[in-house]
Amino acid sequence: MRHLLSTKNLSRDEALQILDVAEDMAAVNEREVRKLPALRGKTIVNLFFEDSTRTRISFEAAAKRLSADVINFSAKGSSVSKGESLKDTAQTLAAMGADGVVIRHHASGAPQVLAESDWIDAPIVNAGDGTHEHPTQALLDAFTIRRRLFGSTSRGRDLAGVSVVIVGDILHSRVARSNLWLLETLGAAVTFVAPATLIPFGAEAANWPAAISYDLDGTLRETRPDVVMMLRIQSERMNAAFFPNAREYAREWGLDDARLAALGPDTMVMHPGPMNRGLEISAAAADSPRSTVLEQVANGVSVRMAVLYLLVSGQAGEGKANA
Amino acid sequence: MSNPTYLIVGATLPTGERADLLVQDARLTHVGRDASGESSSDAIRIDADGLVALPGLVDLHTHLREPGFEQSETVLSGTRAAAAGGFTSVFPMANTLPVSDTAGVVEQVMTLGDDAGYATVRPIGAVTVGLAGERLSEIGAMAHSKARVRVFSDDGKCVHDSLLMRRALEYVKTFDGVVAQHAQDPRLTENAQMNEGALSSELGLKGWPAVAEESVIARDVLLAEHVGARLHVCHVSTAGSVEVIRWAKSRGIVVTAEATPHHLLLTEDLARSYDARYKVNPPLRRDEDVRALREGLADGTIDIIATDHAPHPRESKESEWDAASFGMVGLESALSVAQTALVDTGLLTWNDIARVLSRTPAEIGRLADHSHSFEPGSPANFALHDPSTSTTFELDRLAGKSDNSPFLGRTLSGRVEHTFHHGYPTVSAGRVLASDTVAASAARWKAGITS
Repeated sequence: MRHLLSTKNLSRDEALQILDVAEDMAAVNEREVRKLPALRGKTIVNLFFEDSTRTRISFEAAAKRLSADVINFSAKGSSVSKGESLKDTAQTLAAMGADGVVIRHHASGAPQVLAESDWIDAPIVNAGDGTHEHPTQALLDAFTIRRRLFGSTSRGRDLAGVSVVIVGDILHSRVARSNLWLLETLGAAVTFVAPATLIPFGAEAANWPAAISYDLDGTLRETRPDVVMMLRIQSERMNAAFFPNAREYAREWGLDDARLAALGPDTMVMHPGPMNRGLEISAAAADSPRSTVLEQVANGVSVRMAVLYLLVSGQAGEGKANA
Repeated sequence: MSNPTYLIVGATLPTGERADLLVQDARLTHVGRDASGESSSDAIRIDADGLVALPGLVDLHTHLREPGFEQSETVLSGTRAAAAGGFTSVFPMANTLPVSDTAGVVEQVMTLGDDAGYATVRPIGAVTVGLAGERLSEIGAMAHSKARVRVFSDDGKCVHDSLLMRRALEYVKTFDGVVAQHAQDPRLTENAQMNEGALSSELGLKGWPAVAEESVIARDVLLAEHVGARLHVCHVSTAGSVEVIRWAKSRGIVVTAEATPHHLLLTEDLARSYDARYKVNPPLRRDEDVRALREGLADGTIDIIATDHAPHPRESKESEWDAASFGMVGLESALSVAQTALVDTGLLTWNDIARVLSRTPAEIGRLADHSHSFEPGSPANFALHDPSTSTTFELDRLAGKSDNSPFLGRTLSGRVEHTFHHGYPTVSAGRVLASDTVAASAARWKAGITS
């Protein structure tokens, strides 16, 4: 594993290795001095072509806790907004001696283009590309589910038999895609719930490893899921005729108080954030003990520490296929 | 002084017959066994044993980029690429800058082609002013200009307004012309990046649905029927479009259609690499679409192969997929792709190749004095193609300014060894001849026909 571009090609062993190393990192994060010397002298560049304060500071915290030097390169107000190409930006970073690049880009596939180019040699971590993938989000979600289910006996375990319902804008969601492939690899069963306009075209015909439903109430009743993951709904979708308005969306596909009350006692409620309270998730659902929202944020740092450690220190299993 | 006499010995005609060809004063003066007895001793001999002689290829859909985008291609460099591929006539599209929507621009482009001498350049005129899809351009002026424009297209953009398309079909009919439609519903393809399907969903690239092409073709064939005009459909890319055109032809609607070499060989799976060399409009489609296009060519539903040669400078392709330009160069590789996809597979004969890459495009474009037969006395526009080779397509096969070919590194059958335009060589022994040599030959040819 030289880069982390997608969860699609991540093997079960590679995924479990990352999750298990993240357990070690979580232990570090619970200590008084939350710092390891593992990446001392290494430079990690956060290359963000799209605003995302949450993901950027999570990666920044992860790199700093590994003692790496961190450079934040934000496209806004930089040479990128003046029309500099991805190629020139990458070559500039390579010339400065970046040891690892964390890239967030509005174009699907940009991290892969970077990884396969000869512009830069450093390991590339995809921190979200277009509507393609967001692999560290899926890894932190899996880590969070595993910890909730198995606690201190999590190490080495996959998610066989776990039922996960993912609700909302699947079409535009890189989180949903990365979760689908990773959860499948780890043995979980995934159901996508959304209006037909927000289901990826051709997913049913192509046998994506997910059940697809338009009916949230029916799905919750029938699958009794272990996990309900709500996705953020962006208001511009209403203007593009994906659904009529926020009221109708919340009524049909929002996790409101009635639906929350009907969930099984151990069902987790997840959300990658930032949340639209009152739209896809009610305040009661977001703040309930079932909600893992803040655990997800904390675990995000541990998982990203694991990924950076494995890729940048060269500790990832040698000879394994690129993921 | 006229151009030299050439004696081509032992070529295989498209029909499979073996013949010698004597080329004198821009014409084939003798075709048949043992033409050496007919030629003077100073004729230049070319051994064509094992080579297929094809009538000069005609590309009804080329982008030469001049005027306006000379960093990508010029009339000179683009016609060099054409000659390398065995073409002797090209129809450059109107999306130049300024747009080819006036007699002045089309005449300029034609003249640049005449002076370069590699191929006959017959510009396509814009249907609407500035390709804006609002008002008809001066179609009559372009038709009556020295460029004698007969093909009109807003290619790159679809004439999507139904009333404007109806009027364009009717008005162009006045001048025996044809509207070549780029069939793409603009609303269904906003920001579209690749074929819409499970793969586009997985890759997170915005989909370009087949219905956006098929619905426009369906409307246009009905409009063409209603007003009794002819319609040409550019770069048909889906199985559904082939079905619609087959239905239209069965109703007697006067519609012709083209397929590009890349849509006959490549599929959407190449987008998995996010390598923008494979980004093209319309996009690469599924395997079943490729098969439907090949079958359409074999049964005559699709009339011609046209390259949609679309040169772009490197910086337009060395980027993330969304930011890259659409398009691929195709002139140099077209015949090899056609052989690989259609002849080697047994779907088409060399006679069929002569039809789809020379005779029919010349008819659709109303190309005067284009010979597609090897009758004695016909103009000497032809290519000699070696079908026996199977080699990796490399950069050295490209002769234009840009190298955005999707076929680099791919094994393709056959290669063009010689191309003759107006009786003089533009490609000799697999090499494109120098620009000054070809320009001098062209000047001698012109002096010959005006003297």
